[in-house]
Amino acid sequence: MMNKLNFLQPDKNNLNTYLYTGVILVSLSIFIVFLNSFFNKDIISFLPGSISFFLPLILGFIGLHLIRIDYSGLKFLDRVNKNINTNNFNAFLSLLIVFVIIKSLPPLLSWFILDANIAGDSKDVCTGSGACWTYIKIWFNRFMYGMYPNAEQWRINLSFIALASLGTIGFFATEKFKKYLTLYYVVVYPVIAFFFIFFFISGGPIFFDFSYGIIAAVISVIIGFFIPSKFKMYYFIIVPITLYILLKYVFFYEELIELGKLEALEWVETGAWGGLSLTFIVSFFCLIFCFPIGLFLSLGRRSDFPVIKYFSIGMIEFWRGVPLITVLFMSSVMFPMFLPEDMFIDKLVRVIIAISLFEAAYVAEVIRGGLQALPRGQYDAAKSLGMGYWKMHILVILPQALKLVIPGIANTFLALVKDTPLIFVVGLLEIVGMLNLAKTNPEWLGFAMEGYVFASVLFFIICYAMSKYSYNLEQKYKTER
Amino acid sequence: MSDKIIQITEMNKWFGDFQVLKNINLEVEKNKKIVVCGPSGSGKSTLIRCINRLEEHQQGSIIVDGNELTEDTKDIEKIRAEVGMVFQQFNLFPHLSILDNCTLAPIWVKKMPKKDAEELALQHLEKVQIADQASKYPGQLSGGQQQRCAIARALCMEPKIMLFDEPTSALDPEMIKEVLDAMVNLAKAGMTMIVVTHEMGFAKEVADEVIFMDEGMIVERAETKEFFANPKSDRTKLFLSQIL
Repeated sequence: MMNKLNFLQPDKNNLNTYLYTGVILVSLSIFIVFLNSFFNKDIISFLPGSISFFLPLILGFIGLHLIRIDYSGLKFLDRVNKNINTNNFNAFLSLLIVFVIIKSLPPLLSWFILDANIAGDSKDVCTGSGACWTYIKIWFNRFMYGMYPNAEQWRINLSFIALASLGTIGFFATEKFKKYLTLYYVVVYPVIAFFFIFFFISGGPIFFDFSYGIIAAVISVIIGFFIPSKFKMYYFIIVPITLYILLKYVFFYEELIELGKLEALEWVETGAWGGLSLTFIVSFFCLIFCFPIGLFLSLGRRSDFPVIKYFSIGMIEFWRGVPLITVLFMSSVMFPMFLPEDMFIDKLVRVIIAISLFEAAYVAEVIRGGLQALPRGQYDAAKSLGMGYWKMHILVILPQALKLVIPGIANTFLALVKDTPLIFVVGLLEIVGMLNLAKTNPEWLGFAMEGYVFASVLFFIICYAMSKYSYNLEQKYKTER
Repeated sequence: MSDKIIQITEMNKWFGDFQVLKNINLEVEKNKKIVVCGPSGSGKSTLIRCINRLEEHQQGSIIVDGNELTEDTKDIEKIRAEVGMVFQQFNLFPHLSILDNCTLAPIWVKKMPKKDAEELALQHLEKVQIADQASKYPGQLSGGQQQRCAIARALCMEPKIMLFDEPTSALDPEMIKEVLDAMVNLAKAGMTMIVVTHEMGFAKEVADEVIFMDEGMIVERAETKEFFANPKSDRTKLFLSQIL
């Protein structure tokens, strides 16, 4: 069989003849499928049924076989041969994939674009067989902000823009401030983010706490420039807190009670937050909390002190052993029962703590994998230079271990983002929750498909961006080996 | 205080049930160069790892520069900072450049200003002749260069004692010489050194004394010339006849 086929192989001398014949055959096969798929015309229908079905495949297969040559000198042909036409089996698979794509394009196009509706503002315009993007358009606001009052949504936008721009500071930092960046991203930034989201977006009298925080921070930073660097560490811990307490309880207390009623931002309870913005909030906080917790658990698990060690093992195994949905349920139903009567912890805070602890267990095990991959010599070398436990870990061990586990961490974080819809069990409706709510709205029945496609696209964009970012990080730190 | 910088008395160490070091007595005076040799598994490496407490001993005492090594961890970091160590597998930090490898400990452990630390590091890198590689990463260097960098890194802490744990065993024969040269220069500069090695040429050239270990015991300790000319125990004679 092989010998018979071999005489059909082109060589340098008769390349052109083979090439023309092959290209014509392949083009013909693609053309047949294309016509069939896009214009519903079957130009080979005069042939018996089964042959007309397989004919494009056979034609294309022969065509690809005719143009297969080790090296022709023609760039495009060589690339085709090297990538999709290396042998009969690969040629067959390539053809099949091309045909499936051509076949599936028209229905997808017609559903997404050609037969879809986006005009108008009620479901009556959606008469075509395609998607009803009007539904997404009308509900867009809800999908983004949940039940957050329309008039107050600028607060969410402002917070996100502010946090996003604060997050890019690292790109603009000068050499002098580069060494503080880690401190900034690990400590300062999460605190700022916390203030923004829990005081600014939440609003109400509590908003003044936010203002005190800002005032205290600004004043202490200004004074901070005049403090000798020796004391800066203590200064930045003590002064802002003192200022905050002074502002809150001594100077402004009386007046602001009055003012608070007049000027505070409207209070929006966390139950009304929702949509994509809630997805962001929950994911963001869970990410920044679960990482340090996971880090400490992973170090704890390797500790020599039995108490720390077994506590860490217990935490990791417990949180890994229970389903997230039950954890969320308990955080909302069981947990408050153990609290004193007058103590109240916000539902969203409880959810964030629950998810953070849950994911921290996974992060801990991923990091532990990285720690174990390091040779013992690294520990020996660090110790022999006089480094203690923390210096050794911060300067030598963790930079290497964390670099090793970037793919694993990214994996966990992606899973976390996609786990956030589960918070519907405690009545918080982020984007998928809002979809489920919207699809049961009597006026908008029957558009679940559009909603899920919409959410999928959004989640895909978020997750793909994260995965790209993690890949960039990997490349960035790939300085050696 | 006498000028005995290391004093080990009646030291015993076990790994589980297995006794690796048996009744070790060893005194090292300042500026002396000691070569420790012996068959593999004889406890040479464990002995010098005990000197900066990378391994813990269970019995006896080790006194380094007037400080006894005990479980009190606060002291141990100070002592380790004064005892430099060079490993068989170099153990450079792969995520840092050669220069950063050398300045890391001076900056963070000794609190030296960055500029001074870099100057010092370049001096020591110059001494081992790899100053021109300072901005590269360990992975880009040859084994010999890496080991010389490891020596420079240890020297940057300005240690009183240098421990070498088979520094040339993982190197190609061609590269052994460049590392030994760096060690010879160091010895001539008056550093106190304890070197575990199989390089008998090096021992003959620089060592004041040679210690022969077998099965966790110090079998023989003698002046270098004496050691090679008239080994006393039969075990030493056998060992020497096999490697010379």
